[in-house]
Amino acid sequence: MTQTLTAVQPGRPWKLTQKQILPDLFGAIFTVAATLAIVAISPLKGKLGFALTLIFMAIITATAISWIRRDRKAAMNSTTTVLVYIAAAFVIMPLFSVIYEIFKLGSVGFSFGIFTDDMAETSAASPLTEGGLLHAVIGTAYIVIFATLISTPVGILTALYIVEVKGRFAGLVRFFVQAMSGVPSIVAGLFIFAVWMIQLGNAYSGIAGGFALTVLMIPTVARTSEEVLKLIPQDLREAGLALGATQWRTVAMVIIPAARSGLVTAVILGVARVVGETAPLLLTIGGADAINLNPGEGNMSAFPYYVWKNLLIGDENAISRAWTGVFVLMILVLIIFTLARYFSTVRGNKK
Amino acid sequence: MSSAVVEQKQTPKPRVITTELRFTDKVFRGVVTGGGLISLVILGLIGFFLIYNGFEAIRNAGFAFLTGFDWVDAVPENNQPASYGIGAMLYGTIVTGILALLMGVPIAVGTALFLSYYAPEWLKKPMVVVVDVMAAIPSIVYGLWGFFVLMPHAEYWAKLIHKYFGFIPFFDMPAPVYTRSPFIAGLVLAIMITPIVTAISREVFAQTPLERIQAAYALGATKWSMIKAVVFPYGRGGVVGGAMLGLGRALGETVAVYTVLNLVYDIRIEVLLSAGGNVASMIVNKFGEADFVELQALMAAGFVLFLVTLMVNFLANFIINKTARE
Amino acid sequence: MSTTDGANSNNDREERMSQVTGKQGSINQDHSAAKQSVATHSLSDVASARRAKLGQPIAGSTGLEARGVHAWFGKKHVLEDISMDFFSGTVTALIGPSGCGKSTFIRILNRMHEFIPTAALAGQVLLDGKDVYEPGVDVTKIRLRVGMVFQKPNPFPSMTIKENVLSGLRLAQIKIENADELLESCLRRAGLWDEVKDRLNEYGGALSGGQQQRLCIARSLAVNPQVLLMDEPCSALDPGSTLRIEETVRELAASMSIVIVTHNMQQAARVSDYTGFFLSDGGPGRLIESGTTEEIFSNPKQKRTEDYVSGRFG
Repeated sequence: MTQTLTAVQPGRPWKLTQKQILPDLFGAIFTVAATLAIVAISPLKGKLGFALTLIFMAIITATAISWIRRDRKAAMNSTTTVLVYIAAAFVIMPLFSVIYEIFKLGSVGFSFGIFTDDMAETSAASPLTEGGLLHAVIGTAYIVIFATLISTPVGILTALYIVEVKGRFAGLVRFFVQAMSGVPSIVAGLFIFAVWMIQLGNAYSGIAGGFALTVLMIPTVARTSEEVLKLIPQDLREAGLALGATQWRTVAMVIIPAARSGLVTAVILGVARVVGETAPLLLTIGGADAINLNPGEGNMSAFPYYVWKNLLIGDENAISRAWTGVFVLMILVLIIFTLARYFSTVRGNKK
Repeated sequence: MSSAVVEQKQTPKPRVITTELRFTDKVFRGVVTGGGLISLVILGLIGFFLIYNGFEAIRNAGFAFLTGFDWVDAVPENNQPASYGIGAMLYGTIVTGILALLMGVPIAVGTALFLSYYAPEWLKKPMVVVVDVMAAIPSIVYGLWGFFVLMPHAEYWAKLIHKYFGFIPFFDMPAPVYTRSPFIAGLVLAIMITPIVTAISREVFAQTPLERIQAAYALGATKWSMIKAVVFPYGRGGVVGGAMLGLGRALGETVAVYTVLNLVYDIRIEVLLSAGGNVASMIVNKFGEADFVELQALMAAGFVLFLVTLMVNFLANFIINKTARE
Repeated sequence: MSTTDGANSNNDREERMSQVTGKQGSINQDHSAAKQSVATHSLSDVASARRAKLGQPIAGSTGLEARGVHAWFGKKHVLEDISMDFFSGTVTALIGPSGCGKSTFIRILNRMHEFIPTAALAGQVLLDGKDVYEPGVDVTKIRLRVGMVFQKPNPFPSMTIKENVLSGLRLAQIKIENADELLESCLRRAGLWDEVKDRLNEYGGALSGGQQQRLCIARSLAVNPQVLLMDEPCSALDPGSTLRIEETVRELAASMSIVIVTHNMQQAARVSDYTGFFLSDGGPGRLIESGTTEEIFSNPKQKRTEDYVSGRFG
């Protein structure tokens, strides 16, 4: 027998050939055609009617094709495949709608001038060329920075307690931190109101809002930091201790630097979590219209409050201002989100 | 090596090793422990201050605080005391939460299945990013979008539902006002909790043991039969836990519900009607002009909300942790 | 590729097989000196002893045949030009050091290879004369006819013993009349009936390793396969369970064809009628030699085969 010397090529015979895709293609065309026909002749109308009919026909067609080609088992498989695809589509659609509408409605009132003025002398109903949201920018900045200053050490210390020190209460702390992340934001606001305002007799201020956001931010920072610290390999700790370092030096000089980018991510995620929170601020900061440079005293504004106020006024221009506020807020959130991903993937991989 | 030999050796007792911590380490541990316990302390303080301030209201109303439907300020001229009951709002919180679960969880689980077993490689990563961005969108954005964009459509759908399914008591309409209903609120909440449930379900599905999946395929299973036989039994606990976390989020949601739900202090079963409630929205609604007595009632309401969400979250995390350990 | 009965057919088969291995371009060496080595003798003794006890295997094709099979993972060529014939009523063992593609090969036989994203192949796998990789073939039906038992026992822990055995039918949505009869028959053939007949409604995870593996065998039998592929089925088990499973394998061979991948040469000698020796020298795995088990162990034609079976490497 002679040995053939032609090189054998790798193939993927299980991939669907054109011939096999044909029935599916026909099915898709049939589905669309049938949908159009049904919509034309039946009372089902409008986008909703079209969508529902399309879904219904897609399921029926896919199932029928599989049933004919193979058997009932394959038909059920096709039915669920279509359903799963539909579920995924249902999830994506709201997001795209949200982003589209924010852009459409928010860019109307957007100009770089809004970053230069506040609403102290402008009423919300006045034309969009007047006034601005600088007070909200400053307010959000103060409040979020304040919250970050407190939450970061507490969150990281909590994570250190759970992972490094592994004290007697570690399991309990972990469980309670998880529970704390489920506290509704309005409850956090009520809590700070009860302590700071009722008990201690203070008035609305920026730092009150900061405290409220801290309650919401600590769990996020703690949980993410915990996961980051858990990823640090045990060898690193052992190397430090074997060199005679104390635990505190090992943690400070070996572990934390190794986990640095992950911890930064944890903080950024915490910021992302609280920057858009509305309810706690409604109870703590007073919602000023003017720029307030004193975080400790006097009503303060913030993005969510700005949006809320305008929304409640209800005037056309006010609503437009609300959308613009949302627009800027979303851009802020997306920037923070991208930063978080950058720090967790790129920097983390560079090690 | 048999020990039948005569010489009996006593196994020595293990030595007790003590390490005296250096001073710096003692300080370090102290600081870290303190930081770690802050969370426990804060949680305790929340509960304490809320009940401390809300106590009067509960004492005055008794059990009726939870069941009463009135939210009436005191009228000093008539010597009529205030009567505060969150019954209607509590009912509304639960109804909107359940609606959110019913509408959101199937979609979320379906999406998680899609991402784990059906999506082509090039689609997976972008879609995961999409889901994560959805989770990051602040609730006030959903509130605004829900009111201005979704509600007109949802109103239309509600009309259709009433038209065809109106014979079911839930879908009856005593008055033809379809805007700002529990149905719409539930819809907005469903969209908000979908990212959480999807993320957790996806994680659980990813941990399904590969060997069982292979065993199912080797027996001639299709993708769906495999999912039914292996993935669902394995992931059941995690998905339930994720759904409960979503429920916890929905129960406490404030501003997203405020815009799309008309607060009415009454219990109704018609979910398409413009009447409903939610404890969190009520607190925001009444807060601005509340006098001290009303404030106490609001604190008490907050305490109830706190307990309810805490319990739901405890349960959810318990289920998730338990199935993760298996 | 069917052959006729009788000793002639054996010779024909052997010739064909040596033609295949002869492709590798090796020379037939005189192994009389090697025959003196103790290791070869003992394995070959085992092989011929068993052969004498059970008589000739049923000749006649099963229908499962591999022709010119190549496999890749991405650009890496992992199997080169494998051609083998698996006969009904026989047990074929695939031996060779780890990493030379035996597991990949049997996964090509029941179309599990394609689950790996970078997998590619060339060649044909014929079942009753038809290529299982032809477009339009129903993959799930192929897997019903070519079953698989894995290295690590993997019963479904969420199902009871009874549900486990019948799970193949449920997954394939095959309805049968006498589920209990089938249940008992499969468990008996797998050698597990006596041990579990009183606890059929207990969960599958409660059994010992050997029992779990026999449960998996029973599960594969329930869908009545023509061929049963076994990927090192005993390597995670204790010697007692191993022997029981080997007994089971011998009994099952009467009604189907069995292909068993094994690292354990003694097992191959005990259990199989035919053996294929795989080897990879850094490149793709190749079928160095295949023939009757007796031959491979007592009179191998290739030096590398002989080196392996006499324990000089691997």
